[in-house]
Amino acid sequence: MNIIWVVLITVSIVAAFWTGGLEAVTKAMFDGAKAAVEISLFLLGIVSLWLGITKIIEDSGLIYRISHAFRPLITRLFKTVPPDHPAITSITLNILANFFGLGNAATPLGIKAMQDLQTLNDDKESLTFEMMLFIVLNTASVQLIPFTVVGILSDFGSVNPSAIVFPTICATMISAIFALAVLYLFRRLMK
Amino acid sequence: MKTVAFVSQLAIPAFILFAVLYGAFKKVRVYDSFVGGAREGLDVIFKIFPYLLAIFVAVKAFQASGAFDVIRETLSGSFEACGIPPEVLSVALIKPLSGSASTAIFTDIVRTTGPDSLASRISAVIIGSAETTFFVLAVYLGAVNIRRTKYLVPVCLIADGVGIIIAIAVVKFIF
Repeated sequence: MNIIWVVLITVSIVAAFWTGGLEAVTKAMFDGAKAAVEISLFLLGIVSLWLGITKIIEDSGLIYRISHAFRPLITRLFKTVPPDHPAITSITLNILANFFGLGNAATPLGIKAMQDLQTLNDDKESLTFEMMLFIVLNTASVQLIPFTVVGILSDFGSVNPSAIVFPTICATMISAIFALAVLYLFRRLMK
Repeated sequence: MKTVAFVSQLAIPAFILFAVLYGAFKKVRVYDSFVGGAREGLDVIFKIFPYLLAIFVAVKAFQASGAFDVIRETLSGSFEACGIPPEVLSVALIKPLSGSASTAIFTDIVRTTGPDSLASRISAVIIGSAETTFFVLAVYLGAVNIRRTKYLVPVCLIADGVGIIIAIAVVKFIF
């Protein structure tokens, strides 16, 4: 992330100097700071809401029951997560929320999953393979129906707005499998 | 399609209702649990905020700098040569950086080229099958304050790039 940040900032400012858009870039950076505050406030609401709900299912023991039920599926990918660990539930719920396009639930539950996975981490400063796997699954965004996109297409009078659903599912599945393959390849190469 | 939309609408309220009733049935002080859990939300956001700030400032600056247009112009020739509408490139480049910006560009493509054009279809599939990678990285890594990301970032970037090629190929193949 360090290199990417340096590259983005340097390229932006140098390019702005070149094209004479310095003022626009300066304004954009302050706009970015403002957007970060707005998004954080929005996240504060939904993350707190979901942490409240997950606390209820923790206290009632439901979280362990859900973990138990989905253990066979999740531990096939997340091999080092112990049986009935709460991480199994948060990972499962995050994947389901992504699948049904419930962004407002997916991000908070993903944060919870990362924290649950962090409890299994020996070196708190470094990512574990399970965490990387979880993030890669999220960036691959396995989603059943892209409602926003279908909505926009039908607003503009598409003859068949849901025609893109099938290609989207195909593309997202293939790229998710590819992303996992790249991740496993890197693990092998880095050993 | 209708069924999926219905399940999506139902999923969250049904889950919350079940969580609350199950808790009450198990004699949990549901209200106190909820408040206790929600309190941790503040900690999480305090941790995430600086990461979000860093990424938003950099991404907004990049979008405004004109660097984006330079990349687009350099690449659009080779896109056209492959029979891919050059408009798609804007969506492909912006999707990993910003969700709202890519939706705006997509709406614009649909308006100018029509909802059933090849450009609209490819853009739709890219938006539906890709994720705002930098946002996900900032939030998820920020939530656990992790500094050493090992090979995660290169993996995500390669996957994003190939994901776009796959999206284009799938649309070309199906339509």
